[in-house]
Amino acid sequence: MTVESTAARTPRRSAGSKAGTTGTKRTTRTTAKKDAGTEPQLVQLLTPEGKRVKNAEYDKYVAGVTPEELRGLYRDMVLTRRFDAEATSLQRQGELGLWASLLGQEAAQIGSGRALRDDDYVFPTYREHGVAWCRGVNPTNLLGMFRGVNNGGWDPNGNNFQLYTIVIGSQTLHATGYAMGIAKDGADSAVIAYFGDGASSQGDVAESFTFSAVYNAPVVFFCQNNQWAISEPTEKQSRVPIYQRAQGFGFPGVRVDGNDVLGCLAVTRWALERARSGEGPTLVEAFTYRMGAHTTSDDPTRYRGDEERQAWEAKDPILRLRRYLEASNHADEGFFAELEAESEALGKRVREAVRAMPDPDHFAIFENVYADGHALVDEERAQFAAYQASFADEGGN
Amino acid sequence: MADKMALAKAINESLRRALDSDPKVLIMGEDVGKLGGVFRVTDGLQKDFGENRVIDTPLAESGIVGTAIGLALRGYRPVVEIQFDGFVFPAYDQIVTQLAKMHARSLGKVKLPVVVRIPYGGGIGAVEHHSESPEALFAHVAGLKIVSPSNASDAYWMMQQAIQSDDPVIFFEPKRRYWDKGEVNTEAIPGPLHKAAVVRAGTDLTLAAYGPMVKLCQEVADAAAEEGRNLEVLDLRSVSPLDFDSIQASVEKTRRLVVVHEAPVFFGSGAEIAARITERCFYHLEAPVLRVGGYHAPYPPARLEEEYLPNLDRVLDAVDRSLAY
Repeated sequence: MTVESTAARTPRRSAGSKAGTTGTKRTTRTTAKKDAGTEPQLVQLLTPEGKRVKNAEYDKYVAGVTPEELRGLYRDMVLTRRFDAEATSLQRQGELGLWASLLGQEAAQIGSGRALRDDDYVFPTYREHGVAWCRGVNPTNLLGMFRGVNNGGWDPNGNNFQLYTIVIGSQTLHATGYAMGIAKDGADSAVIAYFGDGASSQGDVAESFTFSAVYNAPVVFFCQNNQWAISEPTEKQSRVPIYQRAQGFGFPGVRVDGNDVLGCLAVTRWALERARSGEGPTLVEAFTYRMGAHTTSDDPTRYRGDEERQAWEAKDPILRLRRYLEASNHADEGFFAELEAESEALGKRVREAVRAMPDPDHFAIFENVYADGHALVDEERAQFAAYQASFADEGGN
Repeated sequence: MADKMALAKAINESLRRALDSDPKVLIMGEDVGKLGGVFRVTDGLQKDFGENRVIDTPLAESGIVGTAIGLALRGYRPVVEIQFDGFVFPAYDQIVTQLAKMHARSLGKVKLPVVVRIPYGGGIGAVEHHSESPEALFAHVAGLKIVSPSNASDAYWMMQQAIQSDDPVIFFEPKRRYWDKGEVNTEAIPGPLHKAAVVRAGTDLTLAAYGPMVKLCQEVADAAAEEGRNLEVLDLRSVSPLDFDSIQASVEKTRRLVVVHEAPVFFGSGAEIAARITERCFYHLEAPVLRVGGYHAPYPPARLEEEYLPNLDRVLDAVDRSLAY
């Protein structure tokens, strides 16, 4: 016991002498402050002004991106934002019970989503509308659970895009398990797990880091740090930048400008390549901002000021790519006008589809509770049927 | 071939057979590999099937169940071990909010054939969190199936059936019966997984139990027989779904029912049985359905567990009370 204690104390003392003898005290006093020395550098390939900046490490991952592909990324972001705005309006009009807007996070989602291969598998939280778009999930299907007609709404295996997960962080473990399965199969697919800065506090996320590291699972953890977990700022989740947490689990983490679609594409491609080549998990922290409320149920003016939002508006992901496209003559007015018309058509299509969505059959309550059936469910379904039929017998229906 | 083997060995043989016959079956848990599990239920499996099939996991229950869900989504059939009953709660969130619901949420597109093995119950003199009976907490959750064998043959066959089920199954293993030996015919054709069995026919009163309490109820029936009472003993085998038809048939014959389980009586599976059997058999019953089980108190320290757990006298007392109506 004594020997162990001494051994444990010695290096701590020497580390303390480097940082100053009052290191422990200082730590206690600066609980809420960040250590300036740990402020990370963002990976950024496109500045808010739309200037392309060189990056020795990541440029090669987007070297082959053509002007047409750039216009495609722009189109994805614009349409995703239009879809999101329509859903927000539909909630305000009473057509949806709730909506979790992605406004401001388009680059993080489109950049990472477009880095994926068809055979990769996505484990989203409930805000990944842009990633769903990249996977080819019909946007209308995303709205069923928010309208209250189902709790999912799409076949996860249809597009390798799992159902939205509402319990924070649970899906990171599913992603890890799926990735362990890929490794067992000897396949070279990869998995990407999306979660937020708030979820980084959850035990399941920590456990998924442990499992993925221990089993060298081909999974990319993609944290969209949008600065707020409902009303809790990131400072309430972590004393260190989120991407640095990976280090303690034994795999790399990187912070990318989450409003830079090119940066997100490059970094995610790098992380996926690591996964495919057997190098295990990576944590990507996309540093971004949720421009709207957490969901349509909360009021961000209660917990944050206008200045913050304005500062982030200047970093808008769509605007910066537009600037770049225009400055480099990769897109003309015709392209933007056509896209505008396409956006409006998408909005209209979504609006009409939601309003036409039928309420589920009453007996859906009892469907798919079990794959192999269950006597109690059968019994209660029969009771429910008799109850329903009793109205018909009275001539009421 | 029929062999006499201990209940733990029967599960071991069953897991071995499952691993052998289906390459998608995996065993996961803390210490299940080299050690063979703290109860040696997975003894020798890693040696024969390798670390890729029998997986020693980090010490994290939510991680074990959560990654098993992911593996099941990939097409595997994981059988995970929770080392002891009281340690399942870190995984309870994954079991309840994810494992139980994903089939319904996906409108039937996703199946999660995951078996969660939980050695459960008291009577082995263990320390805190090592002797609990949380089956009712799981039975309350739609989407899960809950079974508990009471003997070696059932342990062997019910495990085969649980692994083959496309639904998640919580497999409660009566740890105090792990060393009880019984005949196991590995070539038999087993009955349905969720059907109760009459393990002793009788006419005067029905004793209904599952898992570790079946043996006790058989001993009670023996003791009662010496007093001229002819008790029927039902091994329920499955807690969800519960085979109410078999209980009803027995109660219509005997007109009296005593339910015995180790878990606390309050809000326990006995309460559900009493309520439904009262509905189904109101005009047949000669006495209210009585329950014998644990108290509404934390599982006590080992030197008090004999007071807490149902024993011969407590069950006989309930039998007397029922017959006195």
